Amino acid sequence: MAVTHESTAGIGGIRGAGDLVFRMELQKMKINEAKKYVADKLGAKVSDLADCAVMKDLREDLNIGTTQSRPDAGLGIQTKFRIADILGIKINSVEKFKKEAGI
Amino acid sequence: MSEKYLTRYGDNYAAWTTEAEIKQDIEDGTSDAAKRGKIPPMTDDEMKHLYEIIASPERIVSVEPGNEVVVSFDAGTLKLCVRNGIPMDRLQAILTQERALASDSIELCHVDYSYKPVKPIISEERQAMEQAQLLATLPLLYGAMPNLGLYTKPDGPCDNWSELLPLGKIDEARAAQEEAIEHAVRDIVFVASNMIESGADGINLDTVGASGDADVKASLEAVRILSEKYPGTGFEMGMAGEFNLGMHGKLEFDGERIAGLYPHDQVKQAEAAGIGIFGMAVNTNSSKSLAWNLARVITFAKAATAVSNIPVHANVGMGVCGIPLSVIPSADAVSRVDKALIEIAKIDGL
Repeated sequence: MAVTHESTAGIGGIRGAGDLVFRMELQKMKINEAKKYVADKLGAKVSDLADCAVMKDLREDLNIGTTQSRPDAGLGIQTKFRIADILGIKINSVEKFKKEAGI
Repeated sequence: MSEKYLTRYGDNYAAWTTEAEIKQDIEDGTSDAAKRGKIPPMTDDEMKHLYEIIASPERIVSVEPGNEVVVSFDAGTLKLCVRNGIPMDRLQAILTQERALASDSIELCHVDYSYKPVKPIISEERQAMEQAQLLATLPLLYGAMPNLGLYTKPDGPCDNWSELLPLGKIDEARAAQEEAIEHAVRDIVFVASNMIESGADGINLDTVGASGDADVKASLEAVRILSEKYPGTGFEMGMAGEFNLGMHGKLEFDGERIAGLYPHDQVKQAEAAGIGIFGMAVNTNSSKSLAWNLARVITFAKAATAVSNIPVHANVGMGVCGIPLSVIPSADAVSRVDKALIEIAKIDGL
């Protein structure tokens, strides 16, 4: 059923910008505001956010993680450092990493 | 002879129906919700739009590009490892959701999926969260149910209000629920605080209200404490049903009675408590058609999104918000539910 929801109506997680939009909804932004906020921060159009062709290139350029494993590319917590910076938000796990790493 | 359209019933089985029957079910469904919730029914244009979605000849329908929404999950790490029976651990499940299933978010959870039983294993849960956060890019929440029933004897310290009420011991039943609220608030705050300290992107309280208004009260009070303790952390609350059951009947939040509230009032209490994403639930009637069920859900959802200042997600799991009551709901019904809720009710997520 999760696949049907994503196929019908989802932004597509890290295939698109679904993870980024969700982070803004957690900050209490409604969907249209969250999508516009993310699109503006990425320098993209709202309609690009679920377009995996546009977002693959953009995510690789920004090094914020894609579905594909690649050498010399950010993974997990490394990508979230960049996402926090791009979106202008604090990400809890990034703050935790800094604390534990003594950064 | 009238043209027939393939549709579904709330029990997930398909049936052939006519245009007149679909339209009548839509009218009856929206009228039912409007009457119960004392809210406006769907407009003629909205009913026409819903009819077109229901009667679409395509097996799967979809939203227009640009109208997509985000998807959140309750019981996130129970789906693949437990319900599907795939032998994988929770970290593998999280990464599968992220990189294979393209989920917008996911949550870590314990197999019992209630806050109380997580307390004795909090160190292990924290360790799992900290490890998963190193590898995951998508927002990773921690989720569980308030589940007030776990605080009743013999498993818990409180008298069982479900046994007291049939005996006419109303005062004793209320006192037992008030005692359970105190335990639940303490446990939710304890577990959630620990998971936030371990890097959780948010906390999900799921199936809120399953034990009635005391269940809702405990959740709202816990989130109020947590949102003041951890400003900036996202809290998600998914409801158990469309109507807060009055197992206590007199409980209030900010001076407003909790029992009897429908989604458009539930969301305002959630917002006041500090919730970031409100997950509304409307129960699917398994003997009614998809058209009837979906018209009801849209009517409630429209009222909720109209008054809410926070994102409203429709809980579109098995047997809620128009999804058929089956562990394997049909994709034709699921896709129609999603499209209708996004395009007509303007929900913010699924």
